Amino acid sequence: MKTIQFREAIAEAMSEEMRRDESIYLMGEEVAEYNGAYKASKGMLDEFGPRRVIDTPISELGFAGVGVGSAMNGNRPIIEFMTFNFALVGIDQIINNAAKIRQMSGGQFDCPIVFRGPTASAGQLAATHSQAFESWYANCPGLKVVVPSNPKDAKGLLKSAIRDNDPVIFMESEQMYGDKGEVPEGEYTIPLGVAEIKREGKDVTIVSFGKIIKEAYKAAEELEKEGIECEIIDLRTVKPMDTEAILRSVKKTNRLVILEEAWPFGNVATEITYQVQQKAFDYLDAPIAKINTADTPAPYSPVLLEEWLPNHEDVIRAVKKVMYK
Amino acid sequence: MKKITKEVYLKWYEDMLFWRKFEDKLAAVYIQQKVRGFLHLYNGQEAVLAGALHAMDLTKDRMITAYRNHVQPIGMGVDPRRVMAELYGKVTGTSKGMGGSMHIFSKEHRFYGGHGIVGGQIPLGAGLAFADKYFKRDSVTLCYMGDGAVRQGSLHESFNLAMLWQLPVVFICENNGYAMGTSVARTSHSTEIWKLGLGYEMPCGPVDGMDPVTVAEEMSKAIERARSGGGPTFLEMKTYRYRGHSMSDAQHYRTKEEVEEYKKIDPITQVLNVIKEKKYATDDEIKAIDDRVKKLVKECEKFAEESDYPPVQQLYDVVYEQENYPFVEHKI
Ligand SMILES: Cc1ncc(C[n+]2csc(CCOP(=O)(O)OP(=O)(O)O)c2C)c(N)n1
Ligand SMILES: [Mg+2]
Repeated sequence: MKTIQFREAIAEAMSEEMRRDESIYLMGEEVAEYNGAYKASKGMLDEFGPRRVIDTPISELGFAGVGVGSAMNGNRPIIEFMTFNFALVGIDQIINNAAKIRQMSGGQFDCPIVFRGPTASAGQLAATHSQAFESWYANCPGLKVVVPSNPKDAKGLLKSAIRDNDPVIFMESEQMYGDKGEVPEGEYTIPLGVAEIKREGKDVTIVSFGKIIKEAYKAAEELEKEGIECEIIDLRTVKPMDTEAILRSVKKTNRLVILEEAWPFGNVATEITYQVQQKAFDYLDAPIAKINTADTPAPYSPVLLEEWLPNHEDVIRAVKKVMYK
Repeated sequence: MKKITKEVYLKWYEDMLFWRKFEDKLAAVYIQQKVRGFLHLYNGQEAVLAGALHAMDLTKDRMITAYRNHVQPIGMGVDPRRVMAELYGKVTGTSKGMGGSMHIFSKEHRFYGGHGIVGGQIPLGAGLAFADKYFKRDSVTLCYMGDGAVRQGSLHESFNLAMLWQLPVVFICENNGYAMGTSVARTSHSTEIWKLGLGYEMPCGPVDGMDPVTVAEEMSKAIERARSGGGPTFLEMKTYRYRGHSMSDAQHYRTKEEVEEYKKIDPITQVLNVIKEKKYATDDEIKAIDDRVKKLVKECEKFAEESDYPPVQQLYDVVYEQENYPFVEHKI
């Protein structure tokens, strides 16, 4: 094992894959000469040159579409959005083209493309720069959606995403790039669609994904002091969802709290809630609780942002509620 | 065009100096973490605003821009204390603390933001002008964007619509040389941004954006054209930003020498030189201006510091007009 930052895990995954497959390129704003707006492609221009590590103008619609077109013609593009907020400018190419090319062509075309970049909030960046669209992409058939929460998962999942022959939305966080974690020394991949139990416990299941899962870890530690044992499931892949892993855990703990940094109406947590009540209703000892961001655009002011964004205290409260404590 | 008199020079000097010092203060309090998020400063580009304000009719003309937007509303009449308070996230801010640095708005002063998505404001600028034409008003909209923003599809669609419908709008590209760390030359086959107007047969041209006089002259022509029904204009203001893109920018993409070159043609210095040459003000009078500027910056800081944060309920109060809107709960 070695300890690296999240951003290094991303760079390693991309670089290793680019070494083994010449058809892969990385394209996006500031990815080359600036080494990535958040330094997630550091050193890659030096190694692979401007043919394969490509700076773009601020033209998300254009380069997202160029990515899809080239994927239909032999490339395996990695398209970086500086954040997924800006992918909205190019989302037509993702939803109407990338997600549908295989199906519309009767299976003639692969669309092996990864769209990656940070998602969700990153401090006081206000309404347009704090959005989480995991559930939007997950809602669209034809896409896979991956949201890792630590360097090891990020590297293994990104390598799988790059090797996948279907379009993958791969979501990171500005606030995770500096996180350090252990990753295996050698070559490894982590399959898409498989959740991981990050902490075992018998009293309550907490399902989460992405950077907000850290609030669940904090909550679990506090709750442990009170004798409550939380089992934390990291979805890692939002779509396809590892429903079985959730069901197994809920059947053990009989209680479920879902922590998702996203607006509360019709999100990933809502889908989990449906699946669990449908397939494990008899196992539930309490109504499922979900914790999300407020049903409003993100505010700038720190006092309002604190209310808007879920934190570990919210998780503790929810856990106690489902445990009737 | 309104004459550029002694008074105009003195106003330009005082305004631009205030904008500069106001933003220097923002940089200082940002480091103290009193202002958070992104902070994009306008240092170096002041002439583009000063010249435009001279050409505008501030009783009816409109302005919209991107996120480098702290001083434009002040130029249009917004109380600078309220702009500072917005950056502090206080309830006395222009958006009650909801918007922060990138989202300053003032309906009262016809300043329409403050937009964080690059290029997102370009169609809005055309839309503001659309409404003026629709209602047969003779207001003109100034729609600003950066050199990076002109590579968005929104510009091209908006240019076509604005020409097709002959909207009373002036599109202004503030070419400060860089979009974050990317120079203009690295984003396009053609570096002469003003030529983007040619494909739409939109009147267009380059302008020295470091000189408020040239800016005022070219803006006056464009505004006059728009007001008299002649449709849109596209001006490329050649300017420069002295500071990094936002606050965390190591600026490896340019040299210190390059920045120093531009500081030699600094708009504030240029205006001050004219004032001194033409003896528009004595040294004492200039000092009095400098003191006034300092004092006002201090007042802004004090106001922002002493203002309250918004009440938590405000999170919900400004999302919909409807009272008692049934928000979905997000916590237990
Ligand atoms: C659609 C979109 N893509 C990317 C960004 C990130 N971003 C913010 S500012 C910026 C550079 C813009 O440069 P320019 O238009 O020249 O304006 P300047 O900052 O120089 O004033 C970028 C890429 C964004 N905010 N919106
Ligand atoms: Mg620029």
